[in-house]
Amino acid sequence: MATVGRLSVPTVEADTQRRIALFVLAGIVAALVLLPVTWLVVEALGVPISRMATVLTGARTAQILVNSLALVVTVTTASVLLGVPLALLTVRTDLPFRRTFTVAAALPLVVPSYIGAFAFASAFGPGGLLTDALAPLGVDTIPALDGFWGTAVVLTLFTYPYVFITTRASLLAFDTTLVDAARTLNQSRRTAFRRVTLPQIAPGIAAGSLLVALYTLSDFGTPAIMRFDVFTRVIYVWSGAAQQDVATLLSLVLMGVTVLIIAAESRLATGDADGYAGGPGRGGRYRLGRWRWVAAGFATLVATLALLLPVGILLMWLFREGPAYAAGGFDFEWRYALNSVYVSLLAAGVAVIASVPVGYLSARRPTSLAWVLDRATYVGYAVPGVVIGLALVSFSLDVAPGFYRTIPVLVFAYVVRFVPQAVGATRASVLQVDRGLLEAARTLGRPPTAAFRRVVLPLIAPGLSAGAALVFLTTMKELPATLLLAPPGYDTIVTFIWRVRAAGYYGEAAIPALLLVVLSAASMAVILRRGETDAR
Amino acid sequence: MPDERLTDRAAAEDPEPPAAAVALELSEVTRHYGPETAVTDLDLAVREGELLTLLGPSGCGKTTTLRMLAGLERPDDGVIRVGDRVVAGADTAFVSPEDRDVGLVFQDFALFPHLSVAENIAFGLSDSQETDARVEELLDLVGLEAQRDATPDELSGGQRQRVALARSLAPEPRVLLLDEPFSNLDVRLRERMRDEVRAILKEAGVTAVSVTHDQEEALSISDRVAVMHDGRIEQVGRPEEVFEHPESRFVASFLGQAGFLRARFSDGRAATGIGQLEADVINGLSPAYDGAAIDVLVRPDDLRAVPADPDSGDGTIVGRKYTGPSFVYRVALDSGDVVHCQHNHATEFELDQRVRVDLVADHTLAWYPAE
Repeated sequence: MATVGRLSVPTVEADTQRRIALFVLAGIVAALVLLPVTWLVVEALGVPISRMATVLTGARTAQILVNSLALVVTVTTASVLLGVPLALLTVRTDLPFRRTFTVAAALPLVVPSYIGAFAFASAFGPGGLLTDALAPLGVDTIPALDGFWGTAVVLTLFTYPYVFITTRASLLAFDTTLVDAARTLNQSRRTAFRRVTLPQIAPGIAAGSLLVALYTLSDFGTPAIMRFDVFTRVIYVWSGAAQQDVATLLSLVLMGVTVLIIAAESRLATGDADGYAGGPGRGGRYRLGRWRWVAAGFATLVATLALLLPVGILLMWLFREGPAYAAGGFDFEWRYALNSVYVSLLAAGVAVIASVPVGYLSARRPTSLAWVLDRATYVGYAVPGVVIGLALVSFSLDVAPGFYRTIPVLVFAYVVRFVPQAVGATRASVLQVDRGLLEAARTLGRPPTAAFRRVVLPLIAPGLSAGAALVFLTTMKELPATLLLAPPGYDTIVTFIWRVRAAGYYGEAAIPALLLVVLSAASMAVILRRGETDAR
Repeated sequence: MPDERLTDRAAAEDPEPPAAAVALELSEVTRHYGPETAVTDLDLAVREGELLTLLGPSGCGKTTTLRMLAGLERPDDGVIRVGDRVVAGADTAFVSPEDRDVGLVFQDFALFPHLSVAENIAFGLSDSQETDARVEELLDLVGLEAQRDATPDELSGGQRQRVALARSLAPEPRVLLLDEPFSNLDVRLRERMRDEVRAILKEAGVTAVSVTHDQEEALSISDRVAVMHDGRIEQVGRPEEVFEHPESRFVASFLGQAGFLRARFSDGRAATGIGQLEADVINGLSPAYDGAAIDVLVRPDDLRAVPADPDSGDGTIVGRKYTGPSFVYRVALDSGDVVHCQHNHATEFELDQRVRVDLVADHTLAWYPAE
């Protein structure tokens, strides 16, 4: 080893240089991810004040705001009312078929909400699939499901699992001997629940509610299909028209509402859900007695509505024949699936590469700058896809017309939206690599870059591929950005479903819709597997 | 504060030949963490081939010292030499860990989970030609030939430790550092591994510095012990020397159970709560100290209690602790001092019994100026 030669290199500077390089790379990634939002702000500042005032104080804007907030409140409340009881029943009581119900209660997450909305919209109402199916039973009319209630029902059915999962997690982490302790301190079962259990699982419920609220606010497909005017639907409609400035201003209002919701949640949830964890005790399950079967009926009803019904409808599309189900010109081609796979692979690859400097930095150098860079990449979680799509439409038209509706801009939009998943996976896997391993490699004669390559990289590779898989799978089903940015004539699974939906040819949508459900199930499996390895 | 004269005496009596070359040296090394000083003006020389242990309570700066030796931390001030090469100092470039020729066995072993035992051991070797032979040699040295293809998670605690040791020894470092090497092992295994590790280190002939808070471990495996307190070294010496003649009250209290007898020295005798002690049982007490108030160090095995009548004796039994092989009695002396006496388990005293306390030490006692 050329020890003497290396000695002359002042290592203080080499260390500093490496650190600066890492910060610069992470800074570039953060700046790029923030670009769409920044661009929207710049655009909005260009809108004349008078027009700004007209738009922001207009009755239509107020109506949209009221609609959106009413939807968020309704869906979040309903999700808590479904998710928390189901979590309590499956974790704490002698509910029959607990394992089955546990899986069934979480599974609706695999149905993309716009697929669910599509299925429900096609089934309800006069002439709908369900009316036909139930006609032999003497049911002539089923009311149409659309507007506010249609949107609220569909979103609740497909997002309540967020509350179920987080509540269940905090119930499992919660030490039931605390309840026993409360009982020995002369508290009834009811007051023990209120004074001991509830405060402990409240952060879990709040975390799930936040996910539901953010999802509701950002979802484009469901309100579009149910024809209910919320921010996302209006922004989408106006982004194509001459009134792009209105869409821009509404986008900023929407982001403001999002920030307020996140801020409200972080004030409510003072501790994180697992901060109280004491490990599951052996406390007995609560005996439901004759209520067992009532509870089982409730769980069955939810599973039927959120799982069996939508999947059943998709299968009925597949097997039913008729003029409306197999029309010419709308044949599903596997080419569309290949297109989806192609752009999703690109997005996954770019997202993982971009996630490495950011995730590594925030795991290894927990400075405030690293934290800011790490959080900056999370805008994709908080900014709805339709807003990112709009920003990039406007950016490419104004700055680089050659890139308008091209694959690079589409992939860039996906990366901005889903890079947080990759950053999270990278950070988690870097954190799992014991810092001592890198030091051990150094004391065994390996310089920092070689130590990273030979020790850290092989150890974080599984985490990186899990992150890539997540980005890939979520990109496959992304709707609004794809609609706004996909090159003309470049059909993917998602744009195809949207096209046949508009034309009402449900039958053609069955295969791609089921495909998306399977893909979503795969991404759930990835998340669950990662959760298991994290827990080890 | 160590008595100045005592320090001189210790240096004069040191039987270790100063001829052995110095393998590792720290001079006036200081390290701060913000306003907190972890290590202050530390001076220490480790001789070629010896096993020296830095011993001290948690937070005394011993681990910081070890990490500075490895190059994982930079000293704020002072000079560190490996052999005659300066690896950290104000005027010279800081030598990074990979260029230091210093190995480190980590507290949790830090084995690479994605590599096999043989690959872990080969990690620090660069020449592929000799790698295989060297790995064989080390597998043989630590007795793990059968586990060469196992991954770290398939090994027991003791086997992991041996792999960690072999991995650090493979590149033949000038100095091997061991950070709390036995703290991750269960108690029964710990004692066996102490002997084994010492044997392996001696067979490899490597200079080693280990760090621990476990006095028994330090005393049993080391050639020399350096007791650290508050970022400074209080005493360096052979284990028995440090144990029997601690130079400071801290060292006395940290190693074993310490009791102090207040005494007044006059006419060649020290008057204590257990009677008059001749000057020659007290280490280095000369007529020059006539009239001085001193505290004499007594450990449980230096004293023996003898039953006495209710109206005679030196004190009263106020507590007892059964440790299995022996009883340790706590005696409140009439003079106000409290001392401990160790007895074999056959001797039994009741609480509140009056006893006489006899000095049975077979070595001279250490003393400190009264506080």
